[in-house]
Amino acid sequence: MADSIQMRVTRYDPDQDSAPTVATYDVPLRKDWAILDGLNYIKDHVDTSLSYRWSCRMGICGSCGMNVEGQPKLTCATFLTDYAPGPVRVEPLSNFPIVRDLVVDIDDFMEKLPRVKPWIIRDDDVTVIDGEYLQTPTELEEYKQFSNCINCMLCYAACPIYGLEPDFIGPAAIALAERYDLDTRDAGQRERLDVLIEREGVWGCTFVGECTRVCPKHVDPAGAIQRYKLKAAQENVMAFLLPRAAR
Amino acid sequence: MSAPTTYRQPVSRLWWLKKRTYLMFVLRELSSIFVAWFAVFLMIMIFAIGRGEESYRNFMNWAGSPVVIVINVVALAFSILHTVTWFALTPQAMVVRGPGSKQVPAKKEVTVAGRRMTAATVVRVGGRMPSGLVIASQYVGLAVVSAFIVWLVLQ
Repeated sequence: MADSIQMRVTRYDPDQDSAPTVATYDVPLRKDWAILDGLNYIKDHVDTSLSYRWSCRMGICGSCGMNVEGQPKLTCATFLTDYAPGPVRVEPLSNFPIVRDLVVDIDDFMEKLPRVKPWIIRDDDVTVIDGEYLQTPTELEEYKQFSNCINCMLCYAACPIYGLEPDFIGPAAIALAERYDLDTRDAGQRERLDVLIEREGVWGCTFVGECTRVCPKHVDPAGAIQRYKLKAAQENVMAFLLPRAAR
Repeated sequence: MSAPTTYRQPVSRLWWLKKRTYLMFVLRELSSIFVAWFAVFLMIMIFAIGRGEESYRNFMNWAGSPVVIVINVVALAFSILHTVTWFALTPQAMVVRGPGSKQVPAKKEVTVAGRRMTAATVVRVGGRMPSGLVIASQYVGLAVVSAFIVWLVLQ
């Protein structure tokens, strides 16, 4: 095994550059090093001005998402050796505006996520003294997969629809809406459907399916969106067939 | 301090050539045109039959011309792609529950006298059919319908 690998990293300084450029760095190629370790090496030993987000280094915080060889990846969970002998291209997540180097502006996602109300909604609030909302393992299993989302936004970077139509509410937000809809303790399905039945909601999706393929947590946003479309379609048919009171 | 200027990454017009999965998606979407073509082709045939033997013979001559044969071969390939890809995606889009499922109490929001409130309801959980079974059942359905049509035509 070679003892170093070339990393080709996107650099962008908003004060000086009109467009991003590519810088090349040689980093040690170690068996246990992830892409993120390579970036840390560059920052510690070569160029302290390199900017990128990271936190937990164990695939749970969802901060270190970047495009590695064009594929959205968590850089802490992607090994350098998988790209040997290199060079390996590291870019900011696609479909998001670049703030600096590998850091993207995530405001759009942060604004969209609360729109689907990803929390338990019900009006008969039970206090701690009354006891907890109980749930069986079978009921938990219904939504558990969707609750694994870590908001890393790799699905937004993989989604060509989001790239072309930035108004699309996007894969993770819909998967999280589905997570709460499928929770037997929740009663907020109608409120979420009001948001997602719109064009920018589930109907923006054309089932490319790339969101599910890149998801590091196997959430399957594409599945969640199609299931939501079925719900929205049923709602439309019901609205057409039934008088208001019966719904 | 002014807000930093961000760089908006452009989406290439040829984005669908960048990944094999994107290309497959675009081909799958295109396949619907060929499925529609077969529907039109079938209707032309039925009208021709309705107009009598002479008209039907003209239709058969047209259908046997090299251009139409090439179009139909391409359309058949796309129709197979259409069927295989959509059948494969069904279990992802649709939860089919088997005998292992059961009804459990759940909450639902309703509007009573203009006020939104939570009401008790039931939902069905568990017993999800495995993907393979859902896909296989679609092929069985396709085979049954095809066999019926073959029987109908050969009568």
